[in-house]
Amino acid sequence: MRIRLKLNNNTWLLAAIALAIAPHTSRLPIWISLLCLAVGAMRLFQVHLPARWLLITLATATAAGIYATYHTLLGRDAGVALLIAMLTLKLLESRTLRDSMVVIFISYFLLITHFLYSQSIPTGLYLLLVVLVITTALIGLNHPGRQIEPRKLLRMAAELLGQAVPVMLVLFLFFPRVPGPLWGMPGDAYEGMTGLSDSMTPGSISKLSQSGAVAFRVAFDGPPPKPEQRYWRGPVLDFFDGRSWSTTAAPDRKQAGIAVTGDPVSYTLTLEPHNKRWLLALDLPAKLPPASRLGAHYELLADQPVRQRLRYRAVSYPDYQAGLNPGDKEINLSLRLPSFGNLKTREMAGTWKRTAKDDGEIVSRALEMFRSEAFFYSLTPPLLGANSVDEFLFDTRRGFCEHYAGSFVFLMRAAGVPARVVTGYQGGEPNPFGNYLIVRQSDAHAWAEVWLENRGWVRVDPTAAVAPRRIESGLAAALPAGEPLPLLARMDSAWLMQLRMSWDTLNNDWNQWVLGYDQERQYDLLSRLGFEMASWKELAVSLAAGVGALLLVLSGFMLWRRVPVDADPVTVIYQRFCRKLARAGIIRQPNEGPADFAQRTAMLRPDLTLSTASISALYIALRYASHPNASDLRQFGKRVSAFRIK
Amino acid sequence: MHPAIDEAVSQAGQIILGKERQIRLAFACLLARGHLLIEDIPGVGKTTLAHVLAQILGLGFQRIQFTSDLLPADVLGVSVYDRESAAFKFHPGPIFAQLILADEVNRATPKTQSALLEAMEEHQVTVEGETRPLPEPFFVIATQNPTHQIGTFPLPESQLDRFLMRIDLGYPDARSERALLQGSDRRSLIAQLKPCVDGRQLAALQENVRNVHISAALLDYLQALLEFTRHSPLYDCGLSPRAGLALLHSAQAWALMEGRDYAMPEDLQVVLPSVAGHRLRFAHGETGAESSSPAQRLLGAVAIP
Repeated sequence: MRIRLKLNNNTWLLAAIALAIAPHTSRLPIWISLLCLAVGAMRLFQVHLPARWLLITLATATAAGIYATYHTLLGRDAGVALLIAMLTLKLLESRTLRDSMVVIFISYFLLITHFLYSQSIPTGLYLLLVVLVITTALIGLNHPGRQIEPRKLLRMAAELLGQAVPVMLVLFLFFPRVPGPLWGMPGDAYEGMTGLSDSMTPGSISKLSQSGAVAFRVAFDGPPPKPEQRYWRGPVLDFFDGRSWSTTAAPDRKQAGIAVTGDPVSYTLTLEPHNKRWLLALDLPAKLPPASRLGAHYELLADQPVRQRLRYRAVSYPDYQAGLNPGDKEINLSLRLPSFGNLKTREMAGTWKRTAKDDGEIVSRALEMFRSEAFFYSLTPPLLGANSVDEFLFDTRRGFCEHYAGSFVFLMRAAGVPARVVTGYQGGEPNPFGNYLIVRQSDAHAWAEVWLENRGWVRVDPTAAVAPRRIESGLAAALPAGEPLPLLARMDSAWLMQLRMSWDTLNNDWNQWVLGYDQERQYDLLSRLGFEMASWKELAVSLAAGVGALLLVLSGFMLWRRVPVDADPVTVIYQRFCRKLARAGIIRQPNEGPADFAQRTAMLRPDLTLSTASISALYIALRYASHPNASDLRQFGKRVSAFRIK
Repeated sequence: MHPAIDEAVSQAGQIILGKERQIRLAFACLLARGHLLIEDIPGVGKTTLAHVLAQILGLGFQRIQFTSDLLPADVLGVSVYDRESAAFKFHPGPIFAQLILADEVNRATPKTQSALLEAMEEHQVTVEGETRPLPEPFFVIATQNPTHQIGTFPLPESQLDRFLMRIDLGYPDARSERALLQGSDRRSLIAQLKPCVDGRQLAALQENVRNVHISAALLDYLQALLEFTRHSPLYDCGLSPRAGLALLHSAQAWALMEGRDYAMPEDLQVVLPSVAGHRLRFAHGETGAESSSPAQRLLGAVAIP
């Protein structure tokens, strides 16, 4: 037939391994990637395999190299690197079918390790493709000495995987789920997660703002609160060391009482993992999600660091009065300042304290200063020296929210007003397709809280005084033209925006329904199907029964179809022709050659002589001649289809 | 059909009447570079067929009448002391010809039979330590009387295997016999025959036979046939790989004669009774119950894949 790329089993195997390793290469040390390439090239060009002693030396050296790189052979990164290196080296001693089988199964195993890094939809689709290629290689290996067309192999693999889909669905839905992860992830798996940290230095939040990654998604039960009310409370920072703000660890302190007015807002929040313990909630959380507690500063804290996507329900009161009767200790902690530095600020605050009639006036004077004087909101502020507050307030006057919040709290404390920094997120982007709010890392924010007599802790956002649009319309609107923006915060193209929102909706559904399919959702589904509070035993029994029934149905279907194993299209069409003749009573004997049969047919039915002769000639040419061509095959199929017996 | 062979077959058919299939099989055997065994009673035209073939193909012809006192040297040749040159001089025997008719081969002793058969196999003879090649092409037509006749040494199976085909001529049908009885003397007719093919053409045709395409589907069929003889209780032993090759080459020759450059199942079916007939025997107790030969039973039992 046509000239085709000769894909032999070796090539399939190498392609499968290459695809299985490929996404890891960005995380691997370069020398392992080079090793993989070199071994792949050796196998591709069928170089002589190295001797046993050389192989052992190579394997030992590779393991030592991995130990030198990671200082361990365990854990996620080192483990994956070791697995890849050994899989590659196994290729160098793959001589028999058994060796190749081992390589195949290690490749399947290697695929799972990708989920340790990403569980997104593209990853899932890619891994599905790789499973297809590995399965193709597996099928090819099981037909040694027989050259099967690549397309045919691929189709067989696709059919196998297709048959596995119903079983996969049953297992996914009914395999008993346990609360929490089924197995613990190695400790190094949580490095490099983005999110708010426990401390704040000038520049830390503006750096975070460059990231377009999703921090969390919120679905409100009712209408979402107004933009200026969307303050998502994160870590509260009440200790200043002259340079950075941080949290004082004091687990014994109890938070002061809360008085709430107005309607509560209830919502479901899906938090991306950030490897810290704090959870986010709308100011001010009232009803707590399970396995969490309220910190001294009304921040939500989980019992364990958030290491996988966490979905929880919470209730908040946007109108609240908190801390009307705080303890002395809390007030004192909120007035602490380092004993040195920032003298100009202290002096100005001292003046305000002497002249103002109450604390509220001090607050409004500070805000008035930010509003009326030449302060600028910028993602790229100048660097600050030792007296960072002085330099910012009197010289540079360009800053991001952490500059404003930090210096404001410093001013208040210097003027004797209890104050603290609150970090978290502000705002969020409504997704019109999914009816939920996306809050990104670029929405990270810092603001202040001051304690006023009779009013308790009051939220004050100095950034709002400088750049009111930051609060109303988000970061992109607030920054002056020419500022570098995180890519995803740009608002220029409507269709791009729409595409982004649709994609996020899809991701959200994936998170909620596939990745977030947990014990709770499983029970929900089962109770809808009529299994009230199914036990593990019942689940296991129904699982086995379900899979068994499914396989029975599938095998029954296949038996019914009785497709001959890898039937040649020429034979299939000819058999169709013979069946047509058989219906007219002309039955081909099993040992009757096509030419003899055509002759006999012509004798029995002279009217069919021509059509039978031409079909038989085509069949003989296609099946026995040296160079059958595709147009003959088409012609053959057409004539047999058109063949009628009157 | 191939024009030269067509001409040759029709010429031969004018002399040997009503035996077209046998003539064609003989040609196929020659083209496939095999040797032919004709088994039949005396007087049905075995010798005439050999004569006709030699004449039409323009081959050097020798006839050896095998008798019970024939010695190997009578076939291969002897060295005789030449007084003038004071040395032994080799006198080649009748085997040094292109077409040999070994008449009544089963009347000679096994020793002489094997001298002939070894020469057939190796296309050379070794006399007194010196190896001499036989002329090319080298084609042996042996005739044999039915083994139940008196005074015969039946060829053992190993020797039979060296013949690519065994055919029988049989009595002519009534019309052919009438034509034969009315017509002129066969011997003078043979003398009038003109060669249709020369040596070079014949060699080229033999080469073309090897180039006839064998598809995988046909090999499937051939292997199914071989497999059946090896596992069926019908036969006391199955067909050898050499028999498989013989079938293949004969089918290729037949396809070439039909004017095709590929072989198909019908080619195999046509040549199989002649190629496999003398290599297959029913197992003890199994007889041709339906009065069919072992080869016909084989063809009837194996489906074309």
